[in-house]
Amino acid sequence: MATHPHRKVIIIGSGPAGLTAAVYAARASLAPLVIEGEPSSTSDQPGGQLMLTTEVENFPGFPEGVQGPELMQRMRDQAARFGAEFLTEKATKIDFSGRPHRVWVRDDEYSADAVIVSTGARSLMLGLPNETALIGHGVSTCATCDGFFFRGQEIAVVGGGDSAIEEASFLTKFATKVTLIHRRDKFRASKIMQERAFNNPKISVRWNSQVTKLNGDKKLESIEVTDTVTGAKETVAISGLFVAIGHRPNTDLFGGVLDMDETGYLVTQPGSSRTNVPGVFACGDVQDHTYRQAITAAGSGCMAAIDAERWLEHQHATASK
Amino acid sequence: MAANVVTLTTANFDETIRSSNTPVLVDFWAEWCGPCKQIDPVIREIATEKAGALTVAKLNVDDHGDIAMRFNVMSIPTMIVFKNGAEVQRLVGARGKAALLADLAGHLA
Repeated sequence: MATHPHRKVIIIGSGPAGLTAAVYAARASLAPLVIEGEPSSTSDQPGGQLMLTTEVENFPGFPEGVQGPELMQRMRDQAARFGAEFLTEKATKIDFSGRPHRVWVRDDEYSADAVIVSTGARSLMLGLPNETALIGHGVSTCATCDGFFFRGQEIAVVGGGDSAIEEASFLTKFATKVTLIHRRDKFRASKIMQERAFNNPKISVRWNSQVTKLNGDKKLESIEVTDTVTGAKETVAISGLFVAIGHRPNTDLFGGVLDMDETGYLVTQPGSSRTNVPGVFACGDVQDHTYRQAITAAGSGCMAAIDAERWLEHQHATASK
Repeated sequence: MAANVVTLTTANFDETIRSSNTPVLVDFWAEWCGPCKQIDPVIREIATEKAGALTVAKLNVDDHGDIAMRFNVMSIPTMIVFKNGAEVQRLVGARGKAALLADLAGHLA
């Protein structure tokens, strides 16, 4: 049990939103503490979802593209340069009911005047019975981590968004055939990504299909695919299944405290990063289910740092009157 | 401090896991794996703190795919604990230091 010195700003989360907030807050001499999360093989980890991607082609200023983990390392270095401090742990409890706001990492207590929440979103799983047991044995949520082990094999990717198609394209470097399994009859991915999938001879698409069973004891041997229109079931032999079916915001920590919409995303006041609790700000994917891009997350992180700085100034001005 | 971590190759793998007086934690990793890079400092800290009780080693699966294949590693990071040359525990996926130490507690008594 330990209580740490009080701070002006704590940032929870370290994706593009949290690290941009850290750069701005640190440059404003607010000496933010970034509780960056702990290592994990899901997207819920220091650096956020970009840690599991390869080439990022649409972040402005990188005409040749940049590797996701490298971009995040550079953002972290930039925040550190101006005095942001990092704690490679996960926040486990919060209390925003009084002043100051308090955040715990296990038994350690941290307090701050303002808190910026940028805990992001994590990958959804299929929810099939033996799915967790087969992770690392044929079922994967990280194409960049595991694609290498499927050289010369036939595999499948579940999903229809940009990340599913990006994973499928990446996996064709290793696999002989990649089947994209999507429950609808068209993708929600962007045009450029769709064209990439349709033009890749190694990628085939199974529309209106859902994975309903994973077969295999020690490792994945086949999957059952159910046609969402006819209900017909078919067993398909594959050795690898990559899951990219979307995300869920990491807001469990804030239940009953911060306002959320019906899907669990934090609600901010229009045109700002303010939550319903004074002094608590939210940015990035944890409050955005519309754009969900690194650059929009970074932009909202900047907003949160500026909102926090102004709020702190206002508090100070009011207190000294 | 890096001296505490053994770099494994096809040439020294069997000898290292068989001849060690302590359990050996082998981290299967690669340069292109983000989560592997995140656990690297964690593994190195554990190597220093548990020196004498646990041998920590790393195997690059790009350079020594034969070993990864022999142990059916299909996802990285995978960490395997060997005692007297035999696999006694397998941990798939990255995790933080506290969680990793808790997972390894049985071998550190």
